Amino acid sequence: MRSFTYERARTPAEAASAVATMRGAKFLAGGTNLLDLMKLEIEAPSHLVDVQDLDFGEIADTDDGGIRIGAMVSNTMLSAHPRVRRDYAVLTRAIQAGASGQLRNKATTAGNLLQRTRCSYFYDTNMPCNKRRPGDGCSAIGGSSRQLGVIGISDSCIATYPGDMAVAMRVLDAVVETVTPDGSTRSIPIADFHRLWGDTPQEETVLERGELITAVTLPRPRGGKHFYHKVRDRRSYAFALVSVAAVIQDDQTGQVAFGGVAPKPWRVPEAEELLPQGAAAVVSRAFAEARPTDQNKFKIPLAERTLAGIIADARS
Amino acid sequence: MEFNAPAGQNLFDRAKIVGKSTPRIDGPLKVTGTAPYAAERHGVAANQAYGWIVGSAIAKGRIRSMDLDAARRAPGVIAIVAATEHEPVGTSDYNYAPLFGGNEVSHYHQAIAVVVAETFEQARSAAGLIGTEYDRVDGSFDLASSKDGAPLASEGGSDFAKLGKFEEAFAAAPVKVDETYTTPDESHAMMEPFATIAAWDGPDLTLWTSNQMIHWGKQAMASILGMPEENVRVDSPFIGGGFGGKLFVRADAVMAALGAKAANRPVKIAMQRPLMFNNGTHRHATIQRLRIGAERDGRITAIAHQNWSGNITQKEGENGTLQTPKLYAGANRLIENRIAQLDLPEGNAMRAPGEAAGHLALEVAMDELAEKLAMDPVELRILNDASGTVPGDPDTKISDRHLVRCLREGAERFGWSKRNAVPGQQRDGRWLTGMGVAAGYRAGPTTKSAARVRMSADGHVTVETDMTDIGTGSYTIIAQTAAETMGLPLESVTVKLGDSSFPVSSGSGGQWGAASSTAGVYAACVNLRRMIGEKLNFDADAANFADGRATLDNQSWRIADAGELTADGEMNYGDFKDGYDVGTYAGHFAEVRVDAYTGETHVTRMLAVCDAGRILNPLSARSQVIGGMVMAAGATLMEDLHVDKRFGFFVNHDLAGYEVPVHADIPHQECIFLDTLDPVISPMKAKGVGELGICGPGAAVANAIYNAIGVRVREYPVTLDKYLDRLPPAA
Repeated sequence: MRSFTYERARTPAEAASAVATMRGAKFLAGGTNLLDLMKLEIEAPSHLVDVQDLDFGEIADTDDGGIRIGAMVSNTMLSAHPRVRRDYAVLTRAIQAGASGQLRNKATTAGNLLQRTRCSYFYDTNMPCNKRRPGDGCSAIGGSSRQLGVIGISDSCIATYPGDMAVAMRVLDAVVETVTPDGSTRSIPIADFHRLWGDTPQEETVLERGELITAVTLPRPRGGKHFYHKVRDRRSYAFALVSVAAVIQDDQTGQVAFGGVAPKPWRVPEAEELLPQGAAAVVSRAFAEARPTDQNKFKIPLAERTLAGIIADARS
Repeated sequence: MEFNAPAGQNLFDRAKIVGKSTPRIDGPLKVTGTAPYAAERHGVAANQAYGWIVGSAIAKGRIRSMDLDAARRAPGVIAIVAATEHEPVGTSDYNYAPLFGGNEVSHYHQAIAVVVAETFEQARSAAGLIGTEYDRVDGSFDLASSKDGAPLASEGGSDFAKLGKFEEAFAAAPVKVDETYTTPDESHAMMEPFATIAAWDGPDLTLWTSNQMIHWGKQAMASILGMPEENVRVDSPFIGGGFGGKLFVRADAVMAALGAKAANRPVKIAMQRPLMFNNGTHRHATIQRLRIGAERDGRITAIAHQNWSGNITQKEGENGTLQTPKLYAGANRLIENRIAQLDLPEGNAMRAPGEAAGHLALEVAMDELAEKLAMDPVELRILNDASGTVPGDPDTKISDRHLVRCLREGAERFGWSKRNAVPGQQRDGRWLTGMGVAAGYRAGPTTKSAARVRMSADGHVTVETDMTDIGTGSYTIIAQTAAETMGLPLESVTVKLGDSSFPVSSGSGGQWGAASSTAGVYAACVNLRRMIGEKLNFDADAANFADGRATLDNQSWRIADAGELTADGEMNYGDFKDGYDVGTYAGHFAEVRVDAYTGETHVTRMLAVCDAGRILNPLSARSQVIGGMVMAAGATLMEDLHVDKRFGFFVNHDLAGYEVPVHADIPHQECIFLDTLDPVISPMKAKGVGELGICGPGAAVANAIYNAIGVRVREYPVTLDKYLDRLPPAA
């Protein structure tokens, strides 16, 4: 870990401005990912702007019948919130499928959206990695790739976005609210939040330098049955091989997103329209452009089978 | 004391303390966080500095240069010991790759420097400033492509054995299995990392460390640093898991000693988790071919087990064949154990080395044979049980064996009769369910072990031995043994372990620790009884010791009246044991359910019925067996060091990437001990169980998965990607 300086921001504007103006500065929220990466020198910020004192800790109803989740709301609080459990159960299920109780107590809503990949080569600073050192090459390609991406990836990087919460938010059409260093705000649909990085895998989201997440809003509940099935090699405390978030209505229509397969929660609207035709139709459309490795090609039939199980449960 | 013949009736046959479930006497220290583990021993040496080990970034080659200037100028740095400025350290009998090897790099994450600083954070930060240039050379990293032409690990012994005419008998057998199984490299992944505080006092070096084998550690450290053994002290009273990874001193101890010398200060190192997997040792991957031929009635006529593994100096591989000569009858036999040269990190002992991996092949092959015979797999094993002498070595007698009882009682308790012999047929909603069985064999060795017992004026007894408690319960069984032998309540015994200034014990490894160390304590206590008898003038060997008194012929003495006394003792074993195979046996049962959609496997129940002679403390022995069962389930379901065959290292080198079972994976376990006694092993008639629990349950889980889904996976771990496309229709 490199030495760094530290401050606790008092206002969102102050926080955004501090990170925008100081070279190498980063926001610190729960720290469950950033501090680990700093210990390994995968991240080496010169300055941390701690946002924990900002007034982002509430979950509130919105005028249109949805909810607004403050950026600092912990995973534990969000997953246990009565309205989330009642109206957005897919989100509760996704969050509780991730990490451990202790980590969920610390992890924040905004921080979880920014969780970085768990690719083993990204984590080993001896190994070439375009995400850590742009232009360095990707050692995961041709290496150990069982856990890695099958679609939306590139010749520069085959990593995945590893989280669960965002996969559920994707089927709920969440919107990420931010404040920029000049004080303006913007609303970013979660579909656009994570980038398909192409040959710039170091740029994982559309956030600008110094842009601070203030909240995530969920639109009015869409009813239906909510599912989150996370398939992994052990029953807890493991990243997904494949996860499927789905909201299924009585008429078999609905929304579906896949985790553990791409640089972002993977949802393809044209594929989703095929839900009444069954899992095979949805997955073959959603993964039509897939470029898996020998080690991870199983993820595509696994995605199909997992979705088939959800559809069967929805019908029963 | 010499143990030259099988034990007759003795005081342990009427024991009141030995053999009774007894909570750990060190339990209160552990649950209150006051048991001092190596890295927490802040008080043992003043002015401790912190060391951070730098690991090699390449698997094989040479260090061209190391730029140390920036690191040396970094805040708080006291000293740096770097490969380019230091001679390679010596070797010992206990490690194959040098722990600090100068400019030559022999495996990934081999230690190439230690940075010593005032704080942990300063040491870590400075280490990141070292710039190292390498000349990388190609290495051999792939077992499958290196195995052809690999030589026998040694001539004869357990590495090559023939009996009868295997080829002819196998060719003639009406029913046969010929399959190849692979097991991956595995990591001990113990909770407590390698950790040492090292301090020099003139020529004397003290290591407060975490180590299973204190005397080996003392010898190895002297050899590695080129110093007299008597100048080395090793102290390791508590160990947070070892599983064989801590049988030997490792880079933490060596680099702490070198760092302390350079810094002229005590130095503490707790190895960073990401270095543990490639810097330390691991269980070697294996390729195992099993050929078993049988008559139509199930009697085995031919059995061959060939095993390949690899290691850095082509020594000491993973010998998966070890249990095969012991478990099943059959007149025509072949054993071959071959070893390839690999440039991966050093493979070495991990819990039940050889047998743990061997059962994953043999016991699945037996399941495959049972299916071909249309026989129940429990009955097949019982039909081919051995009695009298070892099947693969007819000159050797079996000391005491109740495998059939283990299997029969296990089948009864587990509800084995409810198993559907046709695989892929049992459904519970979306789940496919199945049951599996495996037999288990693990040797029950003993080795000489010494102890010292001191009696104080008030009759309190303190035991001192360099035996270790690696979480197994050694403190408690040693206290039970001393209390029983001296006729004292458990509270009147104190146990001190793990210090090389104490008499040399067996140490903890190979499941020999419980049997050996308690026999040594018994020997010392017998000597103390005799000293008391001499002092108070009675024949201690004839007297009965109970309630703090010795009684003989209507006379009675209070033993404390003998005053302060100290007795040493050692148990040695005579040649008579060479004629015996002393083994431990188990019947293992598992039930699983497999999601017909996703292929996820959940273990729902596990049972082990164990035959291991007298069980000294059923409470802690159970803990050992169920721990082994967890590890065995892990080996079957998930544990897998991924080898990068280009760069030559284990890629998933942290606890996020290397998955071991979590609580949710292991919902229900049961362990039953048969009430057997083995008079050949020691006066205690007790055998260890620390490794029996990992020999067989993994195969039982694999067989249960097959029974559930009807797909046989012979490449461990049995993960869903290997059978997903062959699952029965989900609905």
